[in-house]
Amino acid sequence: MAQYIVRRLLLVIPTLIAISLITFIIMHATPGSPLQPQAANANPLPPEAQKALAKRFGLDKPLWQQYLVYLKNIWTLDFGISYQYRTRQVREIIANTFPVSMELGAMAMVVAIVIGLPLGVLAAVNQNGPIDYLCSIIATLGVSLPNFILALFLILLFVLLLPVIPRTGGWSSPIDWVLPTIALSLGPMGILARYTRASMVEVMRQDFVRTAQAKGLSNRQVIVRHVLKNGLIPPITIIGPMFAAIGTGSPFVEAIFRVPGMGRFYVDSLIARDYPMIMAVTLIYGALLAVMNIVVDIVYGLVDPRIRLS
Amino acid sequence: MAMTGAGVSGRAERADALLYAARPHRTLWRDALNRLIANRLALVGLAIIVLVTLMAILAPVISPYPYDKQDYTAISQFPTWTGPHPLGTDLVGRDMLSRMIWGAQVSIAVGLGSQLLVLLIGVPIGAIAGYFGGRIDSWLMRFVDVMYAFPQLLFVILIMAALGRGLQNIFIAIGITGWVTLARLTRAEFLALRERDFVTAARALGAGPWRLIFRHLLPNALSPIIVTVTFGIPQAIFTEAALSFIGIGINPPRPSWGQMAGEYQVYIQSYWYMSIFPSIAIALLMLAFTFFGDGLRDALDPRTRSSR
Repeated sequence: MAQYIVRRLLLVIPTLIAISLITFIIMHATPGSPLQPQAANANPLPPEAQKALAKRFGLDKPLWQQYLVYLKNIWTLDFGISYQYRTRQVREIIANTFPVSMELGAMAMVVAIVIGLPLGVLAAVNQNGPIDYLCSIIATLGVSLPNFILALFLILLFVLLLPVIPRTGGWSSPIDWVLPTIALSLGPMGILARYTRASMVEVMRQDFVRTAQAKGLSNRQVIVRHVLKNGLIPPITIIGPMFAAIGTGSPFVEAIFRVPGMGRFYVDSLIARDYPMIMAVTLIYGALLAVMNIVVDIVYGLVDPRIRLS
Repeated sequence: MAMTGAGVSGRAERADALLYAARPHRTLWRDALNRLIANRLALVGLAIIVLVTLMAILAPVISPYPYDKQDYTAISQFPTWTGPHPLGTDLVGRDMLSRMIWGAQVSIAVGLGSQLLVLLIGVPIGAIAGYFGGRIDSWLMRFVDVMYAFPQLLFVILIMAALGRGLQNIFIAIGITGWVTLARLTRAEFLALRERDFVTAARALGAGPWRLIFRHLLPNALSPIIVTVTFGIPQAIFTEAALSFIGIGINPPRPSWGQMAGEYQVYIQSYWYMSIFPSIAIALLMLAFTFFGDGLRDALDPRTRSSR
């Protein structure tokens, strides 16, 4: 088991190198230069100043050398200096903003699981009942409503029409957490509910469930002891990638609610050609996705002994 | 149906005709169409899709004003529901209704166009990998794995930043990132079909690789491919809306629903309608494609019926 985990973790490294290489190439193929001022119509920097900046950022070296230096530096978790906030280390910015994104993502994920899973189970148990309809409504809305659109509807409803929530923007008190969390959680909640229902229905058709019913177990016992155990395995496996997806889906929600998280830096950094920030954010999301997939496989192996990790 | 062509005498032909009348000839596609028509939600979805598509095509004719025409006598006018600006005007006095109608063009073009591109890239790559296998397959799949490890939305944003704004660049960005799922699916289908008896039989009769691929493998893999592409359409619409929302999608002054929602979301407290109307339009269109896609999947493959 330990061997398996180590091997999978080691495989993450080439994946991340591939991601960093692709990002690096696209980034440098992008027109525009970090050595120019960001404001529109501003005068370009004098050539000497550009040269000095290029030297400071290491942009005067050939591209392949820049890339190798970068790879060497991130080995020691040195992500470089941000080009747009020239006095700040990328590591420091990430350290301030990443936890906020994770907090938002984790809250949204918890809400999605706590509501989505039971909803799917209840829908499967009472097929074609009211709960089943509720489940399919939430599932459909969750799949087809983009989170930034939902965010706008939520603001209209809960801030402007029924002023339950006094303001939007910021991250200082729990009241600021409510709307972003809801906006971010509906999508995964819908997918989870739908997936759980489908998986439960599938298991309920199996022979061993019929056997359990035939030997006189009550419905409740059949569901709890036999169906749940098997039916919940597939939904568990999608929670990991989902969590990583929530992380990458959050730039919009973070922008609308002015949450000081990492997601909204991504777009700003791209526009400002802030190479170190772009690389750092892409790599962190890539690593998150990879680690989540490993966690899922491990959990999968733990809950379902039929699956052997190798 | 084996005796279909055997009608030599008139009597046999009449018997054949009777047989047909009693139980009409049904193909897989005819069956699927019948199931689709019976699905009311899918039809509602289809109706909305047709309506929006007509709106998009007829935009130059039905839109009351050009999308960039400013009315200086009515700036930031709230919806009046009648009169010259029924849905109001935006911050610089452009008619909201006209911009909504023109915005439909972008959503429909991106939804259909980008998926066509995805189809043209994904299916051949998946087909080659699945049919020929071996080294080509393992290289292609390794590449696909790297693409999967990339957070998709970030990748699209990255490519858009490199290409710059504009409709055709949105096609390209979605095409480059979107084909992976389809290639993987096509490959899996081909791998499974390749071993089936009818393919072995065709091969034994001397069919070459291209005949096998186009006459035997592809037609049998078609329904999952169609379903995947149908679900890709709302995804592409979402991606365009998201890109335009953050200002790196469509080129202004051309309107798109995502661009409108994004540009005016800052003013939602004072001018709610400016961002809410396009939001409703996006939600409705995506819902329509989801309904239609669900119906199509249930119709084409009744075994995997997920909804009722």
